[in-house]
Parts: sequence; C-alpha cells; structure tokens
Amino acid sequence: MRITEHPILEFQRGEEVSFSFDGQELKGYEGETIAAALHAVGVRVLGHSQTMHRPRGLFCAIGNCSSCLMVVDGEPNVRICVEKLKSGMRVETQQGKGCLR
Amino acid sequence: MPKVKEIEILIIGGGPAGLSAASAAADLGASVLLLERDDKPGGQLVKQTHKFFGSKKQYAGDRGYQIGNLLIEQCANNPKVEVWTETTALGIYEDGVVTAEGQGKHLKINPEKIIVATGASEKMIAFPNNDLPGIYGAGAVQTLMNVHGIVPGQRVLMIGAGNIGLIVSYQLMQAGVEVAGIIEASPTIGGYLVHAAKIRRAGVPILTSHTITEAYGQDSVEGAIICKLDEKWQPIPGTEQDLKVDVICLAVGLSPLTELCFQADCQMKYVPELSGHVPIRNKYLETTRLGLYVAGDVSGVEEASSAMVEGRLAGICAAYSLGHGKDVAPKLQADALAELSELRAGPAGQKTVKGIMKLMDKGGAAC
Repeated sequence: MRITEHPILEFQRGEEVSFSFDGQELKGYEGETIAAALHAVGVRVLGHSQTMHRPRGLFCAIGNCSSCLMVVDGEPNVRICVEKLKSGMRVETQQGKGCLR
Repeated sequence: MPKVKEIEILIIGGGPAGLSAASAAADLGASVLLLERDDKPGGQLVKQTHKFFGSKKQYAGDRGYQIGNLLIEQCANNPKVEVWTETTALGIYEDGVVTAEGQGKHLKINPEKIIVATGASEKMIAFPNNDLPGIYGAGAVQTLMNVHGIVPGQRVLMIGAGNIGLIVSYQLMQAGVEVAGIIEASPTIGGYLVHAAKIRRAGVPILTSHTITEAYGQDSVEGAIICKLDEKWQPIPGTEQDLKVDVICLAVGLSPLTELCFQADCQMKYVPELSGHVPIRNKYLETTRLGLYVAGDVSGVEEASSAMVEGRLAGICAAYSLGHGKDVAPKLQADALAELSELRAGPAGQKTVKGIMKLMDKGGAAC
C-alpha cells in the first residue's frame, strides 16, 4: 500500500507505467524499484527457495541478501530490490537457479 | 576511457563515511574517485527522517536525509571529486589494481591509496520460519517507507529496542502503520530513552526480557509467538503470547561489510564490541595493508555521526600521505581525533572505545 500523506516526507514519483508479473498486468511508477512496485500492489512472495521450495520475500532491500532474485525481461537472477521499473518490463518468478539466455 | 583508470585516492562506498572522506581529501588537493553501487550516493542517510543528535559540527538538529543531500552537494561542487554511481567494487588485487563492475562493464582502477567505506549489513536471528516473506531487516522497512513511500504491511512486531528498532517503530507510526509492540531480549532498552518515551507515549508496549519463539503463516507472515525470558535468558514456559501481525521487523544489529578487507588480505580480528570481524588499523585508520584505510561501519559498527568524522580523518590521512596539505593536515587530523573522542565520550560510546582498544592492543597495525 502506498503512503499518501506523511508528516515529514513528500514522495516524488515518476510516470505511471504498466509492467507484467507472471503474465498479469500491473501498474507502478517508473524509477521506483521493481520490488517497491510489487509491494505496493500487495505481492510479497517473490519466489521459492531452490531445495525446500519455501516462499521467499524481500529482506534487505539494498541488494545485499539475494532473497528477491527474479527473471526480468528474460534475464535470471536480477535483484529486483535495486532494479528500477521501466514501462513494459516482464517480471517473472524464477524457477531454481534460472537459465542463461 | 583508458584501459586502467589512474587516480590518487579511490573511495569504495558513498555513504556518510565515503562522502566525507572524498571531500576532505579533495579539499587538501587530492584527486578522488568514489564508487557507489547504488544509483545515488548517500548510503543509509537517504532514508533517515529523524533529527540527529550530537554537536553542530556533526549536523545535529538536521534530519538524516538532509545531511545526506548536503554531503552529496559538497562532493558534486568539488571538481577534484569524481563519482561513479551504479558501480560495484569487485576486488583489490596484490598489485594494487581494483576491479569494479559498472553499468555492465568490467572496470580497472589503479589508485595510489584506497579508502574502504562499505558500511554494514543487517544481522539475522534464528527462530522457526524466519525466512517467511513479511520478515524484513529494519533498513528494508525504512527503504520501502521512506524512500519509496510504501508501507510494509498493516501491523508490525519490532524485534530489538536499540536506537534503530525504536526509530523505525516511530517512523512506522508516522506512516500510519500499527506497531503491535517492540520486544527486546535484554532486560534493558538499548536505545536512547528519549526515543523510547516517545513510543510508549503513543501507546506501544516495549517488552524487555522477551524474545520471538516462532513466526507462522502460509505464504507470508500471519503472526508470531513471543515469550518472556528469565535472568539466564531462557524462555519461561507459560508466558507465550500469540501476536497477529503481518510484518516482523528485525532490528537486531549490524555487522561490518568487510569482504573487500578480507580479500585485500588486511589482518582481521573478531571484536564483539565492534559487531564482528574488523580490520586491524592504527588510529589514523590505516590497515595492515599499507595505503588501505577504512572508515565508518566497516571498521566497527557505530552511527552516522562518527562515520562522517572517521571518513574525514581517513580522507585527510590518505591525502597527507601523498604530500597534500602539508601545513594544515596535522591540525585537521588532531581536530578529527578530538571530535571522535568527544562523540564516544558518552555511555553509548564506551563500547566502541573498548572495542578499538582491543583492536589496537595486539600489534600488526602499521603505524
């Protein structure tokens, strides 16, 4: 959920854009991270662990922990907590270690 | 661009320490290149909405993100400072060459001096289901809320009553999120009581001698079981409480991001007071690898005010060792050292002082 009023901060958001998440069309703002856009619409499960298949979500949000790896425009292992959203991006849940293009 | 970028001082990390180091070194006349992996420098200052304490010299009274903007501006206005954003340092080689990845390219830099200011990363604690989505580090919650303007959920359990746990709880309330409570395993609140009082006034309980025994939920967090601890830190049976929360926020400390120091073969030492393995260094912040300095959380976890002063000190020392600022550098070094002692004079600083003493205790530091 997005914060609309804040006592200290004002949020500068980019242009509203569409992107797809596992085939579903979603909206976000250009320039925010993919993780932020997914969170804003309530998507918290970003993938599953390789062996135990346990759900994985955002943990560090600054590119340290690799909990948020997804396939973006066909490229696997993208840290979506630091990758910026662009119009028309194709974001997909990754299976296992991902495949090189 | 030439194959290898030649530069006098390379700074790795553009947080409060790195930015302060860059402008201090450049002010003395050194040419500086600063690497920042994010698209904008500022480090964790960009998400700090609270006002800083300390003295005017460390920008007390200003909010963290305002300090960040000020430091970024100082570097931007200094023609001796070059900043490469979206660039991650990869390795420091025996011959002194540093490699980095920037915008899809493999880059090589040959600096005369290196300042590592990579900061720290969040610690995790062990409990069943601690990997469920909805469990975040406190920094992640700050990034979501204060940078992107997105709340992490509806109702939060905060773990840790140090300054970060207290401040982030308050920030959650400012963003309209309910904080179910703050739990702290130790019998006392670790953070400043002024922060704790503000939270308690808002009706949020701070439960000391309490821990989390498990998180539960199908695909993401739906609740947490907490319990009371006895004086030996053991759970007291029958004291369990079930909290319906959709977010668990961990504010259980940070550990120094020292991979580059290890890789550069700096002599390392485990010092609990400094929150983990840190490079051995002398009081001028030079490590056992000559010409490699450290500043900020990577040399021992503290807070942004001391990181800025350490950065300034490392910048001055690196520039001075290259022959810059001969007349003024000794005085500036003494000033920075005095400021650090002043910052660490309070009860909260005693732990750091003890840690640094342990660190410099056994030889190895190149003085």
